[in-house]
Amino acid sequence: MRGRALKPKLGRDDLAHRGFMAVIGLYLIIALALPLYAMLSKAFTTYHFDLSQYEVQVSDEAGTFGPVQSLASLNTPPVFEKLATSTNGRLGLTKLFPDFSFRSPVMYRFRGTSESAVYLIGSERHTGPDWVELTSNSFRRVVIRPVAERGLANFRTYFSTPALFQSVKNSLTIAAIVTAITVSLAFWFAYGLARSKMHLKGVFRMVAMMPILVPSLLPGIALLYLFSARQGMLKALMFGHDINGPIGIVIGSVFFTFPHAMIIISTALSIADARLFEASDSLKASRWRTFWTVTIPGARYGLFSAAFVVFNLVITDFGLPKVIGGNYNMLAVDIYKQVIGQQNFEMGAVVSIVLLLPALLAFAIDRRMQKKQVALLTARSVVYEPKPNRRMDWIFFAYASAVAVFIAGIIATCQFAALIKQWPYNLSLSLKNYDFSRMDGGGWGAYANSLQLAILTAIIGTVVVFLGAYMVEKTRGFEKGRAVFQGLAMLPMAIPGMVLGIAYIFFFNNPANPLHVIYGTMIILVVSTVTHFYTVSHLTAVTALKQMDGEFESVSQSLKQPFYKLFWRVTVPVSLPAILNISIYLFVNAMTTVSAVVFLYSTDTALASVAVLNMNDAGDIAPAAAMGMMIFYTNAGARILHALISKGILKRSNAWRKSG
Amino acid sequence: MKKFALVSVLALGVAVPAMAVDLTVYTAVEAEDLARYAAAFNEDHPDIHINWVRDSTGVITAKLLAERNNPQADVIWGLAATSLLLMKGEDMLEPYAPAGVENLDPKFVDSSNPPYWTGMDAWVAAICYNTVEGEANGVPAPTSWADLTDPVYAGQIIMPNPNSSGTGFLDVSSWLQMFGEEGGWNYMDALHANISRYTHSGSAPCKLAAAGETTIGVSFAFRGAKSKAAGAPIEIIVPTEGVGWDMEATAIVAGTANLEAAQTLVDWTITRKANELYNQGYAVVAYPGVAQPVEYFPEGLVDAMIENDFEFAANNRGAILEEWASRYDGKSDPK
Repeated sequence: MRGRALKPKLGRDDLAHRGFMAVIGLYLIIALALPLYAMLSKAFTTYHFDLSQYEVQVSDEAGTFGPVQSLASLNTPPVFEKLATSTNGRLGLTKLFPDFSFRSPVMYRFRGTSESAVYLIGSERHTGPDWVELTSNSFRRVVIRPVAERGLANFRTYFSTPALFQSVKNSLTIAAIVTAITVSLAFWFAYGLARSKMHLKGVFRMVAMMPILVPSLLPGIALLYLFSARQGMLKALMFGHDINGPIGIVIGSVFFTFPHAMIIISTALSIADARLFEASDSLKASRWRTFWTVTIPGARYGLFSAAFVVFNLVITDFGLPKVIGGNYNMLAVDIYKQVIGQQNFEMGAVVSIVLLLPALLAFAIDRRMQKKQVALLTARSVVYEPKPNRRMDWIFFAYASAVAVFIAGIIATCQFAALIKQWPYNLSLSLKNYDFSRMDGGGWGAYANSLQLAILTAIIGTVVVFLGAYMVEKTRGFEKGRAVFQGLAMLPMAIPGMVLGIAYIFFFNNPANPLHVIYGTMIILVVSTVTHFYTVSHLTAVTALKQMDGEFESVSQSLKQPFYKLFWRVTVPVSLPAILNISIYLFVNAMTTVSAVVFLYSTDTALASVAVLNMNDAGDIAPAAAMGMMIFYTNAGARILHALISKGILKRSNAWRKSG
Repeated sequence: MKKFALVSVLALGVAVPAMAVDLTVYTAVEAEDLARYAAAFNEDHPDIHINWVRDSTGVITAKLLAERNNPQADVIWGLAATSLLLMKGEDMLEPYAPAGVENLDPKFVDSSNPPYWTGMDAWVAAICYNTVEGEANGVPAPTSWADLTDPVYAGQIIMPNPNSSGTGFLDVSSWLQMFGEEGGWNYMDALHANISRYTHSGSAPCKLAAAGETTIGVSFAFRGAKSKAAGAPIEIIVPTEGVGWDMEATAIVAGTANLEAAQTLVDWTITRKANELYNQGYAVVAYPGVAQPVEYFPEGLVDAMIENDFEFAANNRGAILEEWASRYDGKSDPK
């Protein structure tokens, strides 16, 4: 006899937990999974000219019509080799008739064989099986339209078009070069901070974080002012090379990825166990040997992680190559060119999928690596405290100063550019570049919109993310549901912003979708931004929640307290530092992001970061720099505010930790 | 304004029928001109309020096409005729003969009857030449398109990429019409050798010439005149062979819920008054006899405009762009 498996009865709290988790899970499905699916299906919608759908009759010079011929039969042997096309494809027919002349008295009768056969005479649209009689001169104006089908033709076109395919190589090359440079630069910078006694560590740390506060395309503008071939202030340093192109993309990318790598590597270096260094020292190992056998293995996972993050940031970035890429094609810019330049949404979706692959791959490898990482810091570890070493400290100081000058110099150049009247012919200072109403891009309204977006994203995003993380962490049982949720929460990290933006067009701009109403509003911008930056926020929340002992829940339950009381009175106050970190992260990113929102903003919701892009695009470079600096000051202000609040809260709420 | 209208309607209650209509108007007209256009229109029709949706030609065209099954716009006022022809072929426009359409130059009216769109003004290609840079680099001012293929201009020219800019496409389509298919591509092969960079925007080459970043920018006359007025050391050159052009045009979007108001607006857009407004920036407008010379516009521009076959441009756009990309885009990595 087999008894039923014993299952704990679900309490009211468990049901509530699962309910909340389901709601936030549903949010992730609507904001992420379904749009991605819509995009995938778009990539497989192909168009081709179906010649068998059309029939033609040709007269002789006297006007007597010959037999009815299908266009397909006229195309054997093939005159048109390639019948695959895009949604906007149009095919003229005169090439099927070798003796065609528009002056000839020959007459043509033309028709489709079904209602779905569409053709244009000039620009007028016709369908259906009624014969239309045309002179030679009118017949040359006939073009047929393609029919839609499901298939792989778009991918075949993509990989057989060198102009498109070249971008894959370009993007991978640039990403690899930047990864190597940034990780090396950031490693020695972080090493100096963690392992030397150099001066001004606080200043260096602050300057190194500055690039996070500006849109990735801002360094592009600064580099143009500094190094452009004709009027650059330091053009001699380029030795005749053009900053527009791979050189500019690499330098700009190193700038904007530097802080990301620096933070990760710093964290890895800060958890070193001093006992290992003592052991190495007492074994009389050289400094060099200690470095390779203790430091590097300890920081290994941090280095890998930093490399993957940098690689992903570069390959998915859109703003910088658009501003300074010149004719060097990159995947993210190709998407923009396909969708905006040629209105070829299907090919845009194909490029998105191609862009998704390296990003997903890097993401998967990184996840595997992190699983392998074992705890280096145990309860018995001793915190490493660097000893003074005059020579090394000065070397690191010089090195860190060089990096800081590079970063601060780029930002300062932008500020300078924003204040110059007309570079290079009129160098007097003026504020006219801040008169955004005279430029494209949305003016000061765009700045106000960006602030609104950043605040909404910070508030709504923090609530959604923290609740989701809480439910996942504190729900008992329900393993499968939690695993699915975790997977969904990790996915945004691997989805490039451009891809998310396109996916949103396909999903939300579908009239059959009841959520269509949010298209073109601030809501869709908030939803896309929260989703785009979900993963890091989620991980921050989960880490903070893991630090809280599960005993709290047990005690609260045995006291028959509902979970929300514990949540409000204990969980939230204790996690406040993490909550504040999540909100500032979302705020700053909402101010600077371009890639996802560039497809989604409308006139009423134009954004400052997009305005920087558009003004620069239209050649209004100085106003673009001015708007970029507005974003910088806003973010800097927000971070200072965040630091002050965090300090105050920590003092108050963590008083219990000291009083013991 | 919108709020005000709403509040006043609410305040008056049901006694007064709600006269105010909101029209969503998509446009690619320069940002600084929009307020002028709306204000002049509202002088005559205070009861119709315009909600502008403004972006570059490419973005607005992409937006309209993406929304084709569920259009959001009522009227398109100020978009390239080439784009409107694309939409006409998709059945996205409402045919309408605005009152007084017979007064317009027939070149500026769609050939169907009733017409699907009416033109406003022409924007004409031109070359922006920076005199300071020209002297410094020993590069003479060109007088024709053919001049630009001379080796002396190697690396001195920037033009817009036709795959992302309407102005770029207008240039390419005009060369193919003027020089024939083979001659046109041969010309672009030779020109490509001298181009230092293709930009994503049509106004950027002229602005870059104005900023001294390049000696020559292939752009449009309107932009050149503005930069010149702002004090940049540039000359606007009309090539002797003739210049390509496109027009800004107006159409009603099929399926609009505000057809009557849309027709009122379109009627107004072809009036003499509206054309005088267009003339403040554009030297060539649809209403004959209105155009006054525009400051800093080059002489002889109107005579140099080619017989533009918009149908050719619209129906061959896809094939031309594909050919252009395969010739110049994949190979354009700077060495």
